Amino acid sequence: MADVAVQHGIAGAYEPSLFGTYSKKIGMWLFLLSDSLTFGALLFAYSYGRISNPQWPTPFGKESIFNATIMTACLLSSSLTMVLGVLAARRGDGSWTRNWILATMFFGSAFIVLHAMEWSKLIGEGMTPFKNPWAATVPQFGGTFFTLTGMHMLHVTIGVIYLGVVSLRKKFLPILLGIWLVAWLATPADNVFHIGVHVLLIGFVVVTTILILKPKDYDAHDVEVSGLYWHFVDLVWMFIFPLVYLMSTKVV
Amino acid sequence: MHDVATTHDEGKGQYFWVWGALLILTAVEVALAYNQVFQPVRMLEALMILSVIKSALIIGYFMHLKFEIAAMKWVLMIAVVVCLCLMFIFFPDAFRIIHLGVK
Repeated sequence: MADVAVQHGIAGAYEPSLFGTYSKKIGMWLFLLSDSLTFGALLFAYSYGRISNPQWPTPFGKESIFNATIMTACLLSSSLTMVLGVLAARRGDGSWTRNWILATMFFGSAFIVLHAMEWSKLIGEGMTPFKNPWAATVPQFGGTFFTLTGMHMLHVTIGVIYLGVVSLRKKFLPILLGIWLVAWLATPADNVFHIGVHVLLIGFVVVTTILILKPKDYDAHDVEVSGLYWHFVDLVWMFIFPLVYLMSTKVV
Repeated sequence: MHDVATTHDEGKGQYFWVWGALLILTAVEVALAYNQVFQPVRMLEALMILSVIKSALIIGYFMHLKFEIAAMKWVLMIAVVVCLCLMFIFFPDAFRIIHLGVK
């Protein structure tokens, strides 16, 4: 069985971990396992419609594909900076851990902004969850697209907040509140993200509650667990990008 | 920050190599799709193969599953098996509908 035992401080009080690692990491892996099935269902719902409908819209032209490719590069780069942050945390280098995590948050935020611009462009062209201007016989395109990519965007947003808390703790709270306020005021009132940015406010309330009820210094284990979540978000995009964007490129 | 014992090579170089490989695979995907190199069914197969390779690199190296013990790997394979089963059910059925000419 496992050679590596979790150190609990009380010798003999607990059996060695079945998976040879600490419980927080196992918990995150199990969450990711269940979340992968959620995304799997959404991806299959979209892909089934895409393959079985010859009239499926192909609205993603050169500009959209370029935008989505930059978004992919942002997420891949954020995974690299995240893994470098985990290595720094293992070395006990708190300063570089914070720097690498902040770089990860920067790339994640860039992804969200680019994705929001893409959504706004599609909505501006007349796409809603119930209809689209390209194929009247395929009304499910908007619904499946917005559900799948919206769920992923929500995960990225939660990931950025999660990393902000792990790296900056309570110092992140005023920053998050400021970002919410600026994003809310800067977004036109008729834009869907004028309402959508309130996810940040909900995140602020949740994070404040957690930090007040259970204040702690986050250690290398916490950084590694947050890294697992972040890499999973990147992983899911590796399937959304080809299935949604590349399978629906506009033939010029 | 606590020190965490590690049992595998922690060289940064391997992560840069993986990152480079992921970017190159992404560029290949974009080139294939934008130039419409294959018909849709072949394109789906090619993109899925490339995506599975990319996800294996992310899970194995960035998520460190390569360095976990066998019990952990096998438990997590459950989700992969379920997704593969769904893929082999839904995708052939979607192709069948096209061949049947269902509108």
